[in-house]
Amino acid sequence: MPPRTNHLGLARNEYKGRPSTLCPGCGHDSISNQLISMAYELGLEQHKIIKMSGIGCSSKTPAYFLGGSHGFNALHGRMPSVATGALLANKELSCIAVSGDGDTGSIGMGQFKHVIRRNVPFVYIIENNGVYGLTKGQFSATADEGQFLKYYGTNHMPPIDLALEAVIAGCTFVARSFSGDAKQVQALLQAAVRHPGTSVLDIISPCVTFNNAATSTKSYPYGKDHEIPLHEIQILAPDYVEERDEITIEDYDEGDIIDVEMHDGSFIRLKKLDNDHDPRNRRMAMEILERSMREQIFSTGLIYYEEPRPTLADTEELVDRPLALLDDADLRPPKSALDKVMQSLMAG
Amino acid sequence: MAINAQTQTKVETREPVINDFAFSVATKNGSGSQTSNNVLVMSLFQMGIPVNGKNLFPSNIKGLPTWYTIRASKDGYTARKALTEIVVAYNDGTATEDVANLPPGGVCITTDKIARVIRQRDDISYYQIPVAKLMRQTKVPSAFRKQVENMTYVGAVAQLFDIPLDLIYDVLLANFKGKVKVAAMNHNVVKLAYDWTADNIVKTDPYRFEYMDGADGKIMMTGNDAGALGAVFGGVNVVAWYPITPSTSFVDGIIGFRGLRQNDSQENTIAIVQAEDELAAAGIVVGAGWAGGRSLTSTSGPGISLMAEFAGLAYFAEIPAVFWNITRMGPSTGLPTRTSQGDLLFTHFLGHGDSRQICLLPGNLKEAFEFGWKSFDISEDLQTPVFVVSDLDLGMNNWLSDPFDYPDKPISRGKVLDANALQEFIDEHGKWGRYMDVDGDGIAYRTLPGTDHRFAAYFARGTGHDEMAVYSERSDDWVENMTRLRLKMDTARDMLPQPIIDNGSGADIGIITFGTNEDAIREARDWLANDGIKTNYLRVRALPLASSVSDFIDAHKSVFVIENNFDGQLTQLIRLEHPENVSHVRPLALGDGLPMTPDWIYDSLKEQEG
Repeated sequence: MPPRTNHLGLARNEYKGRPSTLCPGCGHDSISNQLISMAYELGLEQHKIIKMSGIGCSSKTPAYFLGGSHGFNALHGRMPSVATGALLANKELSCIAVSGDGDTGSIGMGQFKHVIRRNVPFVYIIENNGVYGLTKGQFSATADEGQFLKYYGTNHMPPIDLALEAVIAGCTFVARSFSGDAKQVQALLQAAVRHPGTSVLDIISPCVTFNNAATSTKSYPYGKDHEIPLHEIQILAPDYVEERDEITIEDYDEGDIIDVEMHDGSFIRLKKLDNDHDPRNRRMAMEILERSMREQIFSTGLIYYEEPRPTLADTEELVDRPLALLDDADLRPPKSALDKVMQSLMAG
Repeated sequence: MAINAQTQTKVETREPVINDFAFSVATKNGSGSQTSNNVLVMSLFQMGIPVNGKNLFPSNIKGLPTWYTIRASKDGYTARKALTEIVVAYNDGTATEDVANLPPGGVCITTDKIARVIRQRDDISYYQIPVAKLMRQTKVPSAFRKQVENMTYVGAVAQLFDIPLDLIYDVLLANFKGKVKVAAMNHNVVKLAYDWTADNIVKTDPYRFEYMDGADGKIMMTGNDAGALGAVFGGVNVVAWYPITPSTSFVDGIIGFRGLRQNDSQENTIAIVQAEDELAAAGIVVGAGWAGGRSLTSTSGPGISLMAEFAGLAYFAEIPAVFWNITRMGPSTGLPTRTSQGDLLFTHFLGHGDSRQICLLPGNLKEAFEFGWKSFDISEDLQTPVFVVSDLDLGMNNWLSDPFDYPDKPISRGKVLDANALQEFIDEHGKWGRYMDVDGDGIAYRTLPGTDHRFAAYFARGTGHDEMAVYSERSDDWVENMTRLRLKMDTARDMLPQPIIDNGSGADIGIITFGTNEDAIREARDWLANDGIKTNYLRVRALPLASSVSDFIDAHKSVFVIENNFDGQLTQLIRLEHPENVSHVRPLALGDGLPMTPDWIYDSLKEQEG
């Protein structure tokens, strides 16, 4: 039997990258797998995607998915600026970026905040495990206060909540998830990739080597026992109208379903679970993040959404054609233009 | 235009000196003197007199002393002179020193108030302007009075040295972009001082300006503007920067010229992003260069320091991008508003590990424009960052120049494969790898993101990689890659702007320099020639060094490397690259924060040679 293919006629295998060199069982590999599935399911054209990353375990992963996409493993904490430049040079590219809690929460905090401020349209995934893996187990800035690790003992500093930082910076799509919750990660990725603005996904992704004790809030056992999804999430693409009709769910009362309409006409359908969270409400988003941090509640799902502001390419008022593809005539004014400037600078 | 404003009160006591003297204008920073000084320089330029204005200003918004030197030279020498014959002493804090610095026979133009507190000399001419009294007679609103006050010395200078009043009005109008009201307000003050000087001052000095044809067909501009204009004609399309003196006006220049590249709907072909710091600015241009943009950032020493890591990445991942370093005095914050050539070695070796960056070294306005556009072609041809190392003196001061030549070569995008070319490459070579050197010049073929071919993608990285761009920690892959990068740099030597060489005189003494020292050296060489000391000359215009540099060194008994830094950095580089037979190569390195003078070069060379 031939393998199942998507509407481009491609099998899922064709969206894979090179074999992972991360530790077996690493949460990051699950996320790479979801990225492969997302691109396959949505039938994305790989040559129109760029993969960007900084430095760290997480930042190695773009080599492990979408082998048909150009990728750039940049500098520690500086991925956002490199992605900004690439997307300015060619605004028709889609961008999936992978960072970690060290790459974003410490060395890269400035670029993280500013890329959001400029609303560069890309998916910014933070594979958050609370620990520095490549340098063998130091605390990261997202580690819990009071946590104990072999390398440094007890962490006495409060954590930085990167989802909260994203909301404060003006991010219009903020989600938190757990790499062990494949279904939710998949749904959030499918929504994020449609969002014409910076989408931040803070995904708790356990480090099986340095930070996987059940007492750590960034571990598999903890995540599996404590994850509290805010909603069930379903993505309704604009071209899947008939499927939408099928989703009339008698089990849910009116008001228990929130349909978040996205910019491209698709919907994020959120079926409420045991809470009242509405991701379209900024105050609620900040409240739930504050409370989650304070009380160490592992709430996951779409935390915050709003209609995106103009992107950086919009505010730059660029020509339609990608700058990288401009003709020589667009890049060099004629001789008469230079002569005119020279004339204006001459005496007399 | 007739000059008919001569008055009866003038008494000429010495042979007239026409169009061949220098001014120093001493004011307080932030007092608005920049406009007055510009008006004087532009007026002399309009009179056809070769002129150069240099702003020697402090790192300060308001209050600290600042000097502006203006040199007019009928013979076309426009370097800063060690001594100026005339001082406008409008800063009470420095007036005594300013007057003390005048040569015998010099001229001091000052205010009546300052004149009361400075120690008088009997060998110079004093002209005192009652500034406060004159300003009371104007109708200038009190809010503008302080700013316009400096126009009194413009009026006095115009009267004393014969700059026509109506010309000054035209220059003011151009300076204020056609705003008649502001121009008139300033000009009224100029005229008041002009008339008062005519009626009350007896001229006892020999200095005068006259119309001539020394600036016919020439332009005046700052180096930053010239470089920016060059970039616009070079096809820059992504600019990222962070404000820092003295490079800020470079990007201001691009913003000013951006309209030359807009389409009919006023949409931009140049994106300009003010980044959060120089790290991000470098990241943006590297990302853009990787994706096929013609990207540029402009910065100075502290910014270049921050960009070091990205420079190493771009060198090793082989990504084109243009970096302008408008050098100021370091180390550290150093003298932020003073010129220097002290970043040569740091910029050339920017990045850790064995990296060596291409540097272009403009020495004048025309080269600032030329390297402005050419840097993009070089960067894309060689797939490597290009650093244009200018300095504050060229960047921020007005320079006289012939008009710029339109680019004589079409835009080059280097070895970029689109989908069809990639297929042809694969058909010919069996496969394509991002770092495969099939031409033997060290330069591989690259693809851009967005290329619709199943084998177009590659993974750019600063980590070790093989020719297929796959991660590799193998020693042989590493050595092979570094060997190819060295070959690429050797290929570059012949592609880069070659040195300017003046080998005419059959001299034993050779002078080597780079950048903006040329004017001062030209004049010093003429003085030396008058003394019977012949010199040859070579100005380096790019790094890595061209092979003609070693030929020049070998051809002379004594070689002086003149540079405006403390450690003799070009000398060190020459010794590094041409270790044989360099005992006769000596640095004449100054590095005092000021543009070089012919006086210092002449004296130092005579002392060393003598």
